[in-house]
Amino acid sequence: MKPTDVKNPDYYHKVVDCQWACPAHTNVPEYIRLIAQGEYTGAYMLNRESNVFPAILGRTCDRPCEPACRRERIDAKPVAICRLKRAAADLRGEIAHLMPKIPAKKNDKRVACIGAGPASLTVANDLMPLGYEVTIFEKLDEPGGLMRSNIPSFRLPERVLSEEIELILNMGVDARFNTPVESMKELLASGFDAVFVGSGAPRGKELNLPGRAGTERIHIGIDWLGSIAFGHTTSVGERVLIIGVGNTAMDCCRSSRRLGGKDIKVMARRPREFFKASAWELEDAEEEQVEILINYAPKSFKVENGVVKGMEFDQLVWDAGAKNSQTVGTVFLPADDVILAIGQENAFPWIERDLGIDFDKWDTPIVDPTTYQSTRPGVFFGGDAAFGPKNIIWAVEHGHQAAISIHNYCHGNSVTDRPPFGMNLVSQKMGISEWSYGNDYAPVTRQKMTHVDLKERFDKLTIEVELGFTSDQIAKEVARCLNCDVETHFTAKRCIECDACIDVCPVQCLTITRNGEEEDLRTRLSAPAVNLTQSLYVSEDLPQTGRIMAKDEDVCVHCGLCAERCPTAAWDMQKFELLISYAGEEACANQHTAA
Amino acid sequence: MPSIAKPVARHPSLERNSLGLTIRDYEGSMSTLCAGCGHDSITAAIVRTLWEISMPPHRLVKMSGIGCSSKTPAYFVYGAHGFNSAHGRMPTITTGAIAANRELTYIGVSGDGDSLSIGIGHMCHAIRRNVKMVYLIENNGVYGLTKGQFSASADVGSKSKRGEANRMLPIDPVMLGLSIGATFVARSFSGDKEQLVPILKAAFAHRGMALVDVISPCVTFNDHSGSTKSYLYTRKHEARATETDFVPPATEILASISTNGVTSVTMHDGSVVRFRSLPAGYDPTDRQKVMSYLQERQSSGEIVTGLLFADETVADLHEANNTCDAPLNDLPYEKLCPGAETLNWLQDEFR
Repeated sequence: MKPTDVKNPDYYHKVVDCQWACPAHTNVPEYIRLIAQGEYTGAYMLNRESNVFPAILGRTCDRPCEPACRRERIDAKPVAICRLKRAAADLRGEIAHLMPKIPAKKNDKRVACIGAGPASLTVANDLMPLGYEVTIFEKLDEPGGLMRSNIPSFRLPERVLSEEIELILNMGVDARFNTPVESMKELLASGFDAVFVGSGAPRGKELNLPGRAGTERIHIGIDWLGSIAFGHTTSVGERVLIIGVGNTAMDCCRSSRRLGGKDIKVMARRPREFFKASAWELEDAEEEQVEILINYAPKSFKVENGVVKGMEFDQLVWDAGAKNSQTVGTVFLPADDVILAIGQENAFPWIERDLGIDFDKWDTPIVDPTTYQSTRPGVFFGGDAAFGPKNIIWAVEHGHQAAISIHNYCHGNSVTDRPPFGMNLVSQKMGISEWSYGNDYAPVTRQKMTHVDLKERFDKLTIEVELGFTSDQIAKEVARCLNCDVETHFTAKRCIECDACIDVCPVQCLTITRNGEEEDLRTRLSAPAVNLTQSLYVSEDLPQTGRIMAKDEDVCVHCGLCAERCPTAAWDMQKFELLISYAGEEACANQHTAA
Repeated sequence: MPSIAKPVARHPSLERNSLGLTIRDYEGSMSTLCAGCGHDSITAAIVRTLWEISMPPHRLVKMSGIGCSSKTPAYFVYGAHGFNSAHGRMPTITTGAIAANRELTYIGVSGDGDSLSIGIGHMCHAIRRNVKMVYLIENNGVYGLTKGQFSASADVGSKSKRGEANRMLPIDPVMLGLSIGATFVARSFSGDKEQLVPILKAAFAHRGMALVDVISPCVTFNDHSGSTKSYLYTRKHEARATETDFVPPATEILASISTNGVTSVTMHDGSVVRFRSLPAGYDPTDRQKVMSYLQERQSSGEIVTGLLFADETVADLHEANNTCDAPLNDLPYEKLCPGAETLNWLQDEFR
């Protein structure tokens, strides 16, 4: 193998599994250290830089970081990253003085954002400090998009949602509520320099089976959640069937539980391992005594005189891998209400098809996955509107990227001209066997979130179920973070091949051996490197024998013992900081050291 | 000294030996030796060896004297017995311990100061008695614990850290052992566990004393350019006499490596050690030839390594003295101390 190029920001970035997995590349280990030091405000602001909505995401994020967390590979359960984010948001102090300054003198560029969801709000957040005039058009009378209409307030309190949205709107955004955009053509004619479409995926999928017509008690999940959020729906029948088993289904069944539902069944076509809902959302639903039934395919609705009587299902048996199924029977389940939560899609009846904004054969817009520009220059898409339903954190990242494109576009630069990532790498050595980070491994288990008592929580729709971590839980959970951003950095020319690092490594990461192709090298290490998603760090030839130092990054606990036992400082612990570019700000300008 | 104890985190695919233990179960406390000390690598080789041969920790005895080397038994096998004796007396105390309990497995870790200066007489007599133990010398050519004076194994012309050359002739434990009848003699290098681990396995299987001299660079006082016991110098001048392959007892020998240059020695416990001679004609069972070969190579500046000599025909301390089979702590008191009447009878025998 060739020596690893650690000057490429991607290499060490990939070692920080959580940050690499996060669409917005939030600097997780750094904010966890800030929390550990009690610097909640600092932790919040660091979060806000990349993910814009720490308090909201600390409750609702899809958490791509957690399944990626290295701790899971060592200790079965990942660090509770998302809940720590919430802790920082809950405990932070005053931040008004830390928010970006909005210039009084504008740059004479006007940007229209359609929809007041997380993608549009992120665009506004990034462009307002640069002097743009941003106008947001929202069809509802309140901002937030799906964060308000689809996430029940027992998971995301209204106060938390509004507070973080207001931070952005208060930058001087011209937010026009109850103002749906009816015609893209008209909007384009009204003189904006750029248009961003962040209108989400507001159309819930219909289930057209026999008996569907003639009732108002069969609901589309996301519309139904919306009508609860805005107070239009306040009750539900005692027997509720939820069709589908994604996160929307979980919100629907738990909302039903609070609106009077007693016998609530979530009906899944396939076995549990194929559920779309996150594991923790399933757990939370089941804690509330919602029943989840597997291997039932909806067959027909039974409606009499506008009243739902129930539904008929085929009972399925699946082969291994759940590819093909056989029907082994039919059952009828009585119900008062049926809620369809089988997916959603974006829809653009208000975009005329002769504007140069091309749509593909599924009638979704053709959007460049890097620039977020449509086929019409100056019109950008992001969030669920761009590529269909994803989640909040992806919408935020789309917003950041679209803002970069809009900034380039408005200044006559190519939108494909993307600012690169930068990096800083700084030694953490403070003295002999002394580091500026806590390198000791804490053998504590993942802290369990405490919930409001099962009776109390149903008293009101708005009672937040999760209580947040106690200070003791925070202290234990932060100690579980392995500081994966403090990198084991190797300088081959200093190595005397004494083996001290190899001998002391608690997890057999290191090997000195002759070089070879990666496939062969992976089998010849102190412990075989079987996790192919994790990199091998390969040094230049060692001075005494011409062999190489190889490190399997997979389960390194970043304890720094290799560096402590190294007599020549060939190993050092260096903190990697990924420098992310945002609109109008090139990250490399902040690069001060690179070893 | 490291800032933390070794994290309890373990590699998820860590293997277990026949006792169900992982290699981490053979560790001791954290080393307080200098970072990069050869001794720590030898400790790691001992840990690996004991794990691979599935040594029950409570059946192992770790013996040592005084010096950097003699600290190392604290750094492997928590669960073993141990005795840290007076300077140079490790072989003698071990002889006593073995006399009392022949059922345990003994490893003595010593250094060039402990064994070749103050304790040389003790070592020689333990060799002479063929005491069944692994006698490991961590040889770095200096007194590291007292700031780097030359030891008895320092080569003529080897320079101290301050640049002064040593003028006194060295004592080579390998030649010394061979000349007074050692039955198992090996030399290795701390930076070469691939060689050291099979040698140690063979050493534990040996009938009597296995004398293993390991070049173990002192990073603090003897790893500079004028040293003849540095990492670089050892690597440049190392010449392997044999390659050792250890086959545990009751393992079918399937490999059909070339018989050319291969000598097989069946050890006392039924295991087999196969030597592959690297220089043609090297015979690890012929003491005279081994000695003259070593003398010849040594005078041309080579450091000859490998399992150099083994003889399984010589009786150990217990066999030679026809002692009782059971360890003394297993004997009933009346048998162990049969009383005045028996003593009188015994003394009458000698009158």
